[in-house]
Amino acid sequence: MSRFEESAPARGGFSYDLCKRNEMLMQKGLKPSSYLKTGTTIVGLVFQDGVILGADTRATEGPIVADKNCEKIHYMAPNIYCCGAGTAADTEAVTDMVSSQLKLHRFHTGRESRVVTALTLLKSHLFSYQGHVSAALVLGGVDVTGPHLHTIYPHGSTDTLPFATMGSGSLAAMAIFESKYREGLTRDEGVKLVAEAICSGIFNDLGSGSNVDVCVITKGKREYLRNYMLPNPRTYVSEKGYSFSKKTEVLLTKITPLRELVEVIEGGDAMEE
Amino acid sequence: MDSIYNDLNAPHSMGTTIIGVTYDGGVVLGADSRTSTGMYVANRASDKITQLTDNVYICRSGSAADSQVLSDYVRYYLHQHTIQLGQPATVKVAANLVRMVSYNNKNMLQTGLIVGGWDKYEGGKIYGIPLGGTLLEQPFTIGGSGSSYLYGFFDQVWKEGMTQDEAEKLVVKAVSLAIARDGASGGVVRTVTINKDGVSRKFYPGNTLPLWHEELEAKDSLLDSLSATSPEPMVS
Repeated sequence: MSRFEESAPARGGFSYDLCKRNEMLMQKGLKPSSYLKTGTTIVGLVFQDGVILGADTRATEGPIVADKNCEKIHYMAPNIYCCGAGTAADTEAVTDMVSSQLKLHRFHTGRESRVVTALTLLKSHLFSYQGHVSAALVLGGVDVTGPHLHTIYPHGSTDTLPFATMGSGSLAAMAIFESKYREGLTRDEGVKLVAEAICSGIFNDLGSGSNVDVCVITKGKREYLRNYMLPNPRTYVSEKGYSFSKKTEVLLTKITPLRELVEVIEGGDAMEE
Repeated sequence: MDSIYNDLNAPHSMGTTIIGVTYDGGVVLGADSRTSTGMYVANRASDKITQLTDNVYICRSGSAADSQVLSDYVRYYLHQHTIQLGQPATVKVAANLVRMVSYNNKNMLQTGLIVGGWDKYEGGKIYGIPLGGTLLEQPFTIGGSGSSYLYGFFDQVWKEGMTQDEAEKLVVKAVSLAIARDGASGGVVRTVTINKDGVSRKFYPGNTLPLWHEELEAKDSLLDSLSATSPEPMVS
């Protein structure tokens, strides 16, 4: 009968039972786990008029969801977009960098950017960092030579495929693609398949979640469908809303325009040595 | 469970079976098409036989990134060399360039390669460049993880002066044998035949390959077996 107390349910609040043990372990040299972002499902497929890219919108910091609605489909050029999985900072930085390089290249050549250009720039950068820039990308676009879809791995290897998936949810999404993909899909069929593959990642992979973003790129046109599907709405919202304590009182409302730091003088003499 | 996640971040490597064989009048290069990241097949239809020049091709194995970048560099050097020389590059020059890059960066690269092609001076030639950067001119050579299963096979079946048809059949048979036994090889068989008339690429889908000891026939869908006559329900 006295055994009853041991199996009683734990009371609420933080349990400090393990704090001393953690301290002891840290002193002995155990390093605390580092925050990695590996959760994502990103996909791409080639359809009859171009390419369709898709991504989920969950950004994680270890077990915590840091951003419930982040953007994983990055702009590279008006006709080229890139989905990124891996460390968020790395994917953001590498796609921004190559996007700027492509813009400069467009100024130099006077032509629309080609997908293979973006591919080579990304691949050489990632290879030179020997896999330490943890960015796994799905690059897709339509240029004068036609529609292209490539995957780029953190070590710098690339594959050219008709359909591709990356990220922790890639196995779930690939299962959908392998059973349902065929050549010559129409736009609506393609978007539906991409959304289905991302949903498969969202519901079956712990690292992916929230909403579905889709981007359709065709010759001369691109449609960025942000939050194309919202399969995880917030089911309960309290009607009371948020209330602030009565002690917060507005003292004064004043809008001060910032002074212009630069005075523009009309005319004036040209500078002389 | 965790080991699967770790593997998805593993470097992209090509388990691979690659083969290069000379015949009377040219060479035949063959490869499987599986690229794996740990235990996951990242690309089941990759092309491991890449072009260096019009008449020289290279089979890649080992680290996908290393072999792709190495091929890109050698293609660039060969392009410059062709402009400077005023003639198509020879297979020997191509193989030597691959060997120079591979040997001088041996600490950082992990890739085994086979260079094959045809030129008007020496005809069809095959050069093997394994890990470390040795250069070996051979009448035939095999590479990749699946090659372990083919040494005995080639010792028995190889003969000099085969016809193009015999050589192609030999290569396809060999790659399919390796695919049957090596987990890191699979997918389709690709061959590239190079002779004085040019280059011809062939593709053999997995279901057209011969079946070996205890291999089962490939099924398109598990549902097919349901439509076959189902056994009678047991009645007590």
